[in-house]
Amino acid sequence: MKDYLVLRVITKLLVPFILLFGLYVQFHGDFGPGGGFQAGVIFAAGFVLYAMVFGVASAQRILPEGILRAGIAGGVLIYASVGLLGLILGENYLNYSPLSHVSKEGQHLGIFLIELGVGTTVASVMMTVFFTFATWREE
Amino acid sequence: MEEAVNIVILALMAVTVIGIVFIRNLMAVVMLSGIYSLLAASVFVVLDAVDVAFTEAAVGAGISTVLFIGTLALTTRIEKKPAHKPYLPFIVVAITGAALIYGSFDMARFGDAEAVTNKHVAPYYLENTKKHTGIPNVVTAVLASYRGYDTLGEVVVIFTAGIGVILLLGSWRRGLTPPAPHKRDEA
Repeated sequence: MKDYLVLRVITKLLVPFILLFGLYVQFHGDFGPGGGFQAGVIFAAGFVLYAMVFGVASAQRILPEGILRAGIAGGVLIYASVGLLGLILGENYLNYSPLSHVSKEGQHLGIFLIELGVGTTVASVMMTVFFTFATWREE
Repeated sequence: MEEAVNIVILALMAVTVIGIVFIRNLMAVVMLSGIYSLLAASVFVVLDAVDVAFTEAAVGAGISTVLFIGTLALTTRIEKKPAHKPYLPFIVVAITGAALIYGSFDMARFGDAEAVTNKHVAPYYLENTKKHTGIPNVVTAVLASYRGYDTLGEVVVIFTAGIGVILLLGSWRRGLTPPAPHKRDEA
């Protein structure tokens, strides 16, 4: 799609807003609709659009496979470690209340962190799946 | 008004499905399934399930469509004519559909506040979410805090899907030498 000038310009204009909207949905999920799952998908959609217009290689220059793989595992790791933190601090697994001296603040912090984990894993998996599909060829 | 909107959207969904069944051009089928997801998202908005609508629009209409297009690029764009008559699958689908519709008679009336499902844990969540977590969006609180264990499982499912794709199609396979020569290579 190297020759479609309109597509290239519009994509360049759109991608930052898509990524920003993804971050908004991620960090505003406890007040409005949204959360890690939706944010991860929107964030990935921004990169997928970029890769479709400018080629997978240039998208992978920003997000190489190694980083995406670290993201896939890292998100689950963040989620599970926040759960363990609650266990270490003397409560049930995945109870966020002891994360702060005020129970409500602990809940807020915990939800923020696990949503971050969800978003990281979802975005990384979505991009990995798309990049893998787009670059796969039969040997 | 809401009823009219529902009827229009559901009718459009039915038309889309009929289109998907009869069209042989798979690119058009992928586009139609994206439209179907968008219509489903609209139904969820009408039902006031904004979070679900959000997910349906992003995953169903967005990412699935892209992945289908990726698959089409790897395979073929025109559906092959089926080798057998479609009667047996049709009978199976018809019986399953009839059973599902029969089952729906036992479901609670739509929007019934007295239904068991609406009197079980839902009032507890609605009453206590603010007190326990201080978070205005009850959906997020249920998902991330009350049912955090389930959500962890969901994330692990997505994690597993990603690992599966990497193992089956990932670039690391290109470095591998095939264990035995293919018949195709000998020819």
